[in-house]
Amino acid sequence: MAQTEPVSLDDELFREIILDHYRHPRHRGLLDPADMASHGHNPLCGDEVDLSLRVRGGQVEGVGFEGQGCSISMASTSMMSEEIQGKSLEQAHELIGRFRAMLLEGQDPSSLAGIGDLEALSGVRRYASRVKCAMLPWTTLEAGLKQLEGGHEPAGD
Amino acid sequence: MSALALDAERVRLDFPILAERVNGHRLVYLDSAASSQKPEVVIEAVSDYYRHANANVHRGVHALGERATELFESARTAVAGLVSADPRGVVFVRNTTEGINLVAQAFARERLGPADRIVCSEMEHHSNLVPWQRVRDQTGCQLAYIPVTPAGELDLEAAEALLRPPTRLLSVAHVSNVLGTINPVRELVRMAHREGITVCVDGAQAVPHMPVDLGELDADFYAFSGHKMCGPTGIGVLVGRPQLLEEMPPFLTGGSMISVVTLERTTWDEIPHKFEAGTPDIGGAAGLRAAVSYLESTGMEAVQGHGAALSDYAIEALSEVPGLTRYGPSGANQLGILSFNLSGVHPHDVGTVLDRYGVAVRAGHHCCQPLMRRLGVAATARASLYLYNTREDVDTLLEAIGEVRRIFSD
Ligand SMILES: Cc1ncc(COP(=O)(O)O)c(C=O)c1O
Repeated sequence: MAQTEPVSLDDELFREIILDHYRHPRHRGLLDPADMASHGHNPLCGDEVDLSLRVRGGQVEGVGFEGQGCSISMASTSMMSEEIQGKSLEQAHELIGRFRAMLLEGQDPSSLAGIGDLEALSGVRRYASRVKCAMLPWTTLEAGLKQLEGGHEPAGD
Repeated sequence: MSALALDAERVRLDFPILAERVNGHRLVYLDSAASSQKPEVVIEAVSDYYRHANANVHRGVHALGERATELFESARTAVAGLVSADPRGVVFVRNTTEGINLVAQAFARERLGPADRIVCSEMEHHSNLVPWQRVRDQTGCQLAYIPVTPAGELDLEAAEALLRPPTRLLSVAHVSNVLGTINPVRELVRMAHREGITVCVDGAQAVPHMPVDLGELDADFYAFSGHKMCGPTGIGVLVGRPQLLEEMPPFLTGGSMISVVTLERTTWDEIPHKFEAGTPDIGGAAGLRAAVSYLESTGMEAVQGHGAALSDYAIEALSEVPGLTRYGPSGANQLGILSFNLSGVHPHDVGTVLDRYGVAVRAGHHCCQPLMRRLGVAATARASLYLYNTREDVDTLLEAIGEVRRIFSD
């Protein structure tokens, strides 16, 4: 087995900004009514996310979530909610792509435009068992957007 | 604190993997309830089999075929000896899960109908729960559960009320893989047999850790896994009452389990071979034989004594950690399995931090989702102890838990 140097967890995985989002999640609470509602579940570890979006004229006007899970999945959800608030659906899609590139394709976050604070989650890459936790809200958002764009705008207005 | 009943520092040396370094730290393996580590003698026995005796069993007339057959059958005798069972009732399967499925399909499904009831408990591993839900769906029988008390024990009054007609089968864990509770199986068997109820026991967490005497326990079926008791993965055991096994149809059919086959019909081989269709895991059996002999030479009393003493030590230490909740009983009724949560920290985060310090624990629902619901949690962290764990391991666990608290403190 490859020997790895002891690393400091604090700056690699559990960065202060991640812990801050975990302790004080932004956008917590589901929106009602909402234009998009999506549920995500990681059967391996039981983490769950419910995501709701209000969309006006192709812009994300409001984001709200409920969920339970580890610091990584919850911080990722909170940070994602902050990032997509006010963005266009197209930008949201781009962000999903960039986040995926950072976590799954090993892209250097500094080469990814607009990744912002999400860069803090790049340390998760080294923990194969935790990548799914960080991805959970993003795959949930992607599934929800797909439904929304497929024309299933839930009743409401 | 009583003296530990075996010299774990010396036992440690028998397990080559414990010399691994993980993330720059000495490996502290506290996940034996998921799968135990293997001593050198077991690794050697498996490799010796492939080097010197590899052939199919019960087939060839040549020397290697005979060696392989003898080795395979001697593994059966060894396992029977360990748990005081009749070797004719010892069926080799892949694992506990397969053993229970065998009972579910070849016994329960054959005999039960809509008027009958199966009883399990709320603390069962999915392996001892899902197969019974399937039988319920197949036969239309009912399925009921013995509740778990807040102390993490089976509610025996409720059990007694359930162990009456129309119940025909009880299937229950000997030791809980989440709470470490040692269930009073002897008493449950007595209650059940008074009413003519057949009893199946999930012994996956018992056989590795304590002396088990199936003659005395008197259960009708008893399943366990080789990989949790120092043996290889891929081999497990179902012990059945020979008379029941004789009455039952086979579970899987094919080669090796037949007596006479014509194009029209087939007669089955004698038990236990009737339940061993196809080429078995002979290398696994060789390894399991070595594991049994390793455990016997250490002494199951000593293994249990060591587990109990170390468990007491760990429970006391954990009880002093602020914000830590432990799930499960204490004292003589507990077997080296310590499930806990730290307030404000998800168990996966606990697991990840501990891993950075070389401490391997399991985090999650432990294949016991109904029990998690009963405990009112989504998941727990679980440290499980075995004969190679030391007080130093427990001390390292506690230090690493301190780190978790430091990182996650507000
Ligand atoms: C109590 C209990 N029952 C059943 C099992 C299933 O064992 P296996 O996966 O070897 O079939 C386990 C272990 O995971 C267990 O702890």
